[in-house]
Amino acid sequence: MKAADQKRLLREMIFFRRFEERCFEAYMEHKIGGFLHLYSGQEAVATGVLEMTRRGKDYVITGYRDHVHAIKAGAPAREVMAELYGKETGSSRGRGGSMHIFDPTAHFMGGYALVGQPFPLAAGLALACKYKGTDEIAVCFLGDGANNQGTFHETMNMASLWHLPVLFVCENNQYAIGTRIDRSTAVTDQYKRVCGYNISSSQHDGQDIDTVMDAAAKAIEHVRSGKGPYFIEFLTYRQRGHSMSDKTAAYRSKEEEAEWARRDPITLYRDKLVKAKVVTDADVKAMERDVSNEIENDIVKFAEESPVPKVEDLNKYVLDDNPDPRWIGPLQNS
Amino acid sequence: MAELAYWEAIRRAHDEELANDPMVIAMGEDIGVVGGTYKATSGLYQKYGEKRIIDTPISENSYTGVGIGASMAGMRPIIEIMSINFALLALDTLINAAAKIRYMSGGRVSCPIVMRTPGGTAHQLAAQHSARLARVFMSTSGLRVVTPRGPMEACGMLKSAVRCNDPVIFIEHERMYNMREDVPETEFFRPLEGAEIVRKGTDITLIGYNWSFVLCMKAADMLAKDGISAEVIDLRSLKPLDRETIRRSVEKTHRVLVAEEDEAAVGTGAEIISIVIEDCFFALDAQPVRIHAADVPVPYAANLEHAAIPDEHDVYKGALKVMGRI
Ligand SMILES: Cc1ncc(C[n+]2csc(CCOP(=O)(O)OP(=O)(O)O)c2C)c(N)n1
Ligand SMILES: [Mg+2]
Repeated sequence: MKAADQKRLLREMIFFRRFEERCFEAYMEHKIGGFLHLYSGQEAVATGVLEMTRRGKDYVITGYRDHVHAIKAGAPAREVMAELYGKETGSSRGRGGSMHIFDPTAHFMGGYALVGQPFPLAAGLALACKYKGTDEIAVCFLGDGANNQGTFHETMNMASLWHLPVLFVCENNQYAIGTRIDRSTAVTDQYKRVCGYNISSSQHDGQDIDTVMDAAAKAIEHVRSGKGPYFIEFLTYRQRGHSMSDKTAAYRSKEEEAEWARRDPITLYRDKLVKAKVVTDADVKAMERDVSNEIENDIVKFAEESPVPKVEDLNKYVLDDNPDPRWIGPLQNS
Repeated sequence: MAELAYWEAIRRAHDEELANDPMVIAMGEDIGVVGGTYKATSGLYQKYGEKRIIDTPISENSYTGVGIGASMAGMRPIIEIMSINFALLALDTLINAAAKIRYMSGGRVSCPIVMRTPGGTAHQLAAQHSARLARVFMSTSGLRVVTPRGPMEACGMLKSAVRCNDPVIFIEHERMYNMREDVPETEFFRPLEGAEIVRKGTDITLIGYNWSFVLCMKAADMLAKDGISAEVIDLRSLKPLDRETIRRSVEKTHRVLVAEEDEAAVGTGAEIISIVIEDCFFALDAQPVRIHAADVPVPYAANLEHAAIPDEHDVYKGALKVMGRI
């Protein structure tokens, strides 16, 4: 990989971390409401996988921890932040919020709050790609906890049976809210669970972005070349609580948190690039400053200054607002 | 005109829409090689192939989700669920996903699916095969719910449902598949919205939908013999409801009865009577009556099942009560 690309990737991850931390601050100031799930600590997974997909062509879908996936897939960060602020300029026009970012222009087909629901939707997106005869694929990111839903098993069966071009990315951060994986799941290696459906799979370190990119490239090649679905598992860790109200002390130790903090994906990549003389410490400092400025003076400013949706538009978007009277009517009684 | 059975009318709508638009596919359990439990897709697998007529595993929630995902990428799937009882397993993808995706994406993503399924009691199928459930869907924002009363409506409304950009819940009825009717031989559409005054009358308004509409028509014949002129409305669309047609009819007849096969609580009758009270309370000359199922899981024994589910005699007696004759 070229040095310029390595620098860009490092900057992107720093940007994503700062974006999420800025969301936390805005939440504390009551600028953002509802449930807010931050991605800090897992950046190498979405950044690395989506670095290897085709932007705006391949479909991407995920759960509620979706800001970073949306932005890396191509949704403008300004619009994602405006969505969190409940503004009309948001990705979902302020109707969805943090858990429901949509950007069909980027083929980012949503964040969903129902754990496990994106599995079949992803298979459907993949079915459409295959049906239309394109070589586009669908990429579905979900957590370890989602694999205990019926939709996981139902969808793995259909995806394999129909050879659908779908990549399932399991972000195994070891916890579903406060339940550690071995307390909820009989087989803790997630990649083993799809063997019963005859789906190729593998497990990798999710903290090292180079490992993520290498593994993702192979998996994507498998899916795109028509070999059917692939299930890729990344071991990772969320640094913050599950959502804003969650205190991690009840279910995990300080030692465990410190252990994973040593393997922070941004620190790992930064050290690697410094060692390889791709960047200097001063470059990184400058990058951090630059990212902070961009987020503050462009992205947050845009969200702050954007208008809220009009109350008169409450009933917009429930059904097609411009239906064709040939199919819809209404029927006239004489 | 050609006489078609209800199931043939549905098959014809599939056939025409599959021929019209390559983005239309059909999916469901046993719809392909077998041709559908009620034959509604018979012959289509042979004609269009397994790419477009997809036999699915018994995974209602997820194959419905696959259809929804495909629709988000431009396809128009017609999803069959073998019986509305099994649609309970698909409520997550139907209600939490299909119904809400347009709204929560700010109108940027739509889910043009049709979910067809037979609802209603047939003959001694017992509690787990006799659900009606229209009320579950008609109380969900973001869905359309239609209930064709016969072959002509079934064909014309299914074609409209496939072309419509919203998720449509298309509720058929197990007792109606062999009902026959003359249908135009050339292509036609029936609109998804609007109740229809199918029989004009002056003394009482009887309101029903699919099977309960059939009961209302039979009751209207019986009432005519007593010199009572009943106006009969087919709701056609349970969501959205056509308040205007209901109001105009009640303002004319001053009396109203609603028939449904569901249990009464939080149901179609409850909703219609509320609308009547809100929109034309002062037009009423008598207390409204709801005809509905008993509040029990549907029993197996024929006599008990008969007692649990309304028939035309129940509608007739209910109408006499509204008229003050009993
Ligand atoms: C169907 C459903 N059940 C329960 C919840 C509540 N819930 C939200 S997130 C979550 C844990 C999911 O864990 P995992 O899939 O590992 O994802 P992570 O949050 O770790 O990224 C639960 C139980 C939900 N949103 N949806
Ligand atoms: Mg998890």
